Amino acid sequence: MKKIKPDNSRIPKQIISIAVIFSIVIAAFIIGRLLFVPRSFGKYGHYRADAVDEIASQKLNYAGLQACKTCHSSINQTLSDSYHKGLACETCHGPASKHIESPGAIKPVVPRERKHCETCHSYNPSRPTGFPQIIAESHNPDKACISCHKPHDPLLPQAISECSACHRSIASQKSVSHHASLSCTTCHKVAEKHMSNPTLERAGKPMKREFCGKCHASGAYNPRNIWRIDLETHGGRYLCWDCHYPHFPEAKK
Amino acid sequence: MKEKSFSLPRREFIKTCLKALPLSGLFFFGLDFQKLLLGQTNQYDPTKHDFGMGINIHKCIGCGRCADACKKENNVSREPIYFRTWIERYVIPVKGETYVDSPNGGIDGFPEYEGKIKDILRTYFAPKICNQCAKPPCVQVCPVGATFQSRDKVVLVDDKWCIGCRYCIQACPYGARYLHPVKKVADKCTFCYHRITKGLLPACVEVCPTQARIFGEVGLQSSPLRRFVRFNDITVLKPSLNTEPKVYYAGADMEVR
Repeated sequence: MKKIKPDNSRIPKQIISIAVIFSIVIAAFIIGRLLFVPRSFGKYGHYRADAVDEIASQKLNYAGLQACKTCHSSINQTLSDSYHKGLACETCHGPASKHIESPGAIKPVVPRERKHCETCHSYNPSRPTGFPQIIAESHNPDKACISCHKPHDPLLPQAISECSACHRSIASQKSVSHHASLSCTTCHKVAEKHMSNPTLERAGKPMKREFCGKCHASGAYNPRNIWRIDLETHGGRYLCWDCHYPHFPEAKK
Repeated sequence: MKEKSFSLPRREFIKTCLKALPLSGLFFFGLDFQKLLLGQTNQYDPTKHDFGMGINIHKCIGCGRCADACKKENNVSREPIYFRTWIERYVIPVKGETYVDSPNGGIDGFPEYEGKIKDILRTYFAPKICNQCAKPPCVQVCPVGATFQSRDKVVLVDDKWCIGCRYCIQACPYGARYLHPVKKVADKCTFCYHRITKGLLPACVEVCPTQARIFGEVGLQSSPLRRFVRFNDITVLKPSLNTEPKVYYAGADMEVR
């Protein structure tokens, strides 16, 4: 403005009026920006920096395993030695941060009904093989799970004698197959310990083609009229179970 | 005897000392005492973190505890259309189309498969979550800067700044966003930002009974996530879109998208 003043006569009026309008608009923009854009906007990037702290200050509902451990150390020790060692307390007992604030007044839920255990342990073909599953309709339907299994140390009530108790899908498949008359131990060597601790002591599996050949080789002694192959020429270097599923062999006479 | 050797008289010396006192006080108050006393470990420094998640499909049993815990932790509406994380069931039959469903996000379990079990070729559960992309398309399209990538590389939504225009919901290729039914703003998974900044695990990772979900630092050598990525065959969802997701899947095949 200082420069313009002495040469006022030279600058046309319309230019001055435009300049005034522009400066008002720019000033209004700057004031408006100061008023409406939050202070912390653009501190770390194109966002309101205070929002990060606001999100971080959200209230906790799940306290975390460490918090449970501080008081319930003995039950946690039992749990961490058991098959349920991967579970956090709050998986079954629900969010417990309010219980930590006032341990006497607010107690976490204790699920005792069958439906709760079935969330994980009812049979579903999409679940990974080997995950312990039951068919709820036929597995002691009127009994509560906790009457036999302790949730913090879920061992089986007694050593099981039948393979089908765990390997149900295999057993049911085998029962309708050509191998229905064979017992599991015909092919699998099962140690006594496998019944009580299945992951520690695995069941043995046949390793060689000759094992299947005991019945199925062309020269094998077998009174029954079963499918025979020539071990030398049939299947090349593949093992029998690379193509045929022994629990449900598909070959027909 | 020693006093005589000083050129500065005692009175003058005390006066200058008094003058310097407020200055020195300023110096001491300016320092962050908390940092000095507690050390750096207690302080959360967002610039030193880069979080990611690993999901092991071989381990997922589809119990839906993660989806349930997420809703309880973050006060998400219980209605079956709002999810920050959910589980999908994939059933790939020998012949025909792949069947995918997610009734109530898997929270109430999955109904029996309608087809014959013998006709199933492969089947598994795939948990889904916001992929916390390194190059998030949802951030690009936000007209007001309400959704952003924080300094610890988590994509967050500023619910006070969001205008509810739904652009980001459209832009997300993973369907991870929804409109909050009460606030009418975009909402999504924050990796439980309020938990991870306190050193806790996200709620879904905390409750997962089979450790199908792994949480950790992407850049750190000794992170559980790094180990997970090293020992598994890793895929990410829709890699062709160059969003660079930070949720790594093990055991996901081409059907999971």
